[in-house]
Amino acid sequence: MNIGENIAPRVAFGDSLVELGKTNNNIVVLDADVGESTQTARFGREYPERFFQIGIAEQNMVGISAGMATMGAIPWVSTFAVFLAKRAVDQIRVSIAYPKLNVKLNGAYAGIPTGRAGATHQSVEDIAVMRCMPHMTVICPGDASEVRQAVFESSEYIGPVYLRTVRCPVPVIFDSSHKFEIGKSYQLTEGNDITVISTGMMTPKALEAVNLLRTSYHKKVRLLHMPTVKPIDVDAIVRASLDTQKIITVENHSILGGLGGAVAEVLCEYAPCRLTRLGFPDVFGESGDDEKIFSKMKMNVENIVETVLEETGR
Amino acid sequence: MERVPNMKELNIISKSIRKQIVNLVTDKGVGHIGGSLSEVDILVALYFNVMNIDPENPKMNNRDRFILSKGHATPGFYTVLAERGYFAKKTLEEFDEIDSLLQGHPCMIKTPGVDMSTGSLGQGLSVGLGMILIQEKFNCDFKVFVLMGDGELAEGQIWEAALYAGANKIKNIIAIIDNNKVQLTGKSSDVLNIDPVEDKWKGFGWQTLTCNGHCMNQLVENLNKAKELSENAPVVVIANTVKGKGVTFMENKFQWHAKAPSEAEREQALAEIELI
Repeated sequence: MNIGENIAPRVAFGDSLVELGKTNNNIVVLDADVGESTQTARFGREYPERFFQIGIAEQNMVGISAGMATMGAIPWVSTFAVFLAKRAVDQIRVSIAYPKLNVKLNGAYAGIPTGRAGATHQSVEDIAVMRCMPHMTVICPGDASEVRQAVFESSEYIGPVYLRTVRCPVPVIFDSSHKFEIGKSYQLTEGNDITVISTGMMTPKALEAVNLLRTSYHKKVRLLHMPTVKPIDVDAIVRASLDTQKIITVENHSILGGLGGAVAEVLCEYAPCRLTRLGFPDVFGESGDDEKIFSKMKMNVENIVETVLEETGR
Repeated sequence: MERVPNMKELNIISKSIRKQIVNLVTDKGVGHIGGSLSEVDILVALYFNVMNIDPENPKMNNRDRFILSKGHATPGFYTVLAERGYFAKKTLEEFDEIDSLLQGHPCMIKTPGVDMSTGSLGQGLSVGLGMILIQEKFNCDFKVFVLMGDGELAEGQIWEAALYAGANKIKNIIAIIDNNKVQLTGKSSDVLNIDPVEDKWKGFGWQTLTCNGHCMNQLVENLNKAKELSENAPVVVIANTVKGKGVTFMENKFQWHAKAPSEAEREQALAEIELI
């Protein structure tokens, strides 16, 4: 993977599972008839005896994975985030999170990019739902390179993990020097004018915006990449608040209950400062070209630039 | 190897468990008594005869697994586990209390002998399938018994699991229906009729057995037969039971789904159980 190369996180996810399956024989993969889309089908072709096609039955799939985990397997359960995190939420809660079983959940096609499928397939609530569940870890990798590391790290970690992957190609921003760790945030740029905290695929967009702000507007923006939304890196948020007094959160998720919500909770409790949340507004989405939806929802590079300028003065 | 109790002894154990359930729910003033009294004989047959288990070694790799999918029926389940030696009978006094090993619904990380946490209805069968699907990979050979209520069968996930097991001819999975025909707010046939229940399972590709869920001979015979049949494809044992079995004023009464007896009712219940 080269910096700047466009690679879909879902492809990186599929690749990583195949790679992981080579060395870790306890990895099994469960699919609900979307394996070609989520890219787990490749694991199935490589290791057919460890791939389970459950059919279009997400609740049963989650329950089966729980039973497998009681035996010592490490199941990766994979389907569209919109179904996994909500249709099967009670199964995730009672059969996985409550007994703290070692199941990994891949919420694919997260957020806006769904191949024009529209509101029914755009998962903009899954971080909120998963984040408030005890025992659950929530990870939104920023690019394909971090997806790979997150897949390996999640599989090492013992306990339930919800990993969010997206459909569309995303520019690679991390090279091999980047070391993903659960619970850690990464400061990608230095600056004290304002802090932008981003997660998932919005980090490459935020990075582009922050670079533009530096070159065109002389704004020194601190960019914090927050791949783990739970447990969240409280110290980095508090430090950003104290150092820059203003924070903008950016996420491919509803502004309610996701990264913005998590950061707001930390700020209110430990270090109040002005917070602006960029993300999916409290509406249902629609079909259309991904980038056009990002722009319509004011979640694109130009919106991040504009918001920073509004907050810091031109 | 300890001796397997004979039928007469199993019936004596059941009688004792019934009394303990009545005492437990009366003492604590809470607990799902109706469904506990209906499942007692099934649980006694499983834990004292049919299942390959070792209470001294509750995590034994090759043990048969049991999942109480109808997770609310803990007074019966915990009493049987205590009687079988998974934990001290004195622990039952903590049932439902704060900081207790014994939660209102089964919790596998707190209670020895509990193979799966349950409580939200309809989830047990899928979990049982997961255990089975992976057992060969871990060089294990065991059966999984999943106990469900007839009212619980309204949950859609059960039929997702039933479809999967039937279509894939999953071996070693044995579903048991505690078919007491009464649920929380009324008769099952009035709330949402599931009959003909046997035809539904057959239609999903399951082998079916039906028996009197209070006749120890029939239970042991059918559950052992289910073990044999499960070598080929999934099996469901429909155990026809009576909600509140053994206490006339509780029998078939939805009002006794989860109600604690008064002191006078306790005395009458215990006297009636003695005469079974």
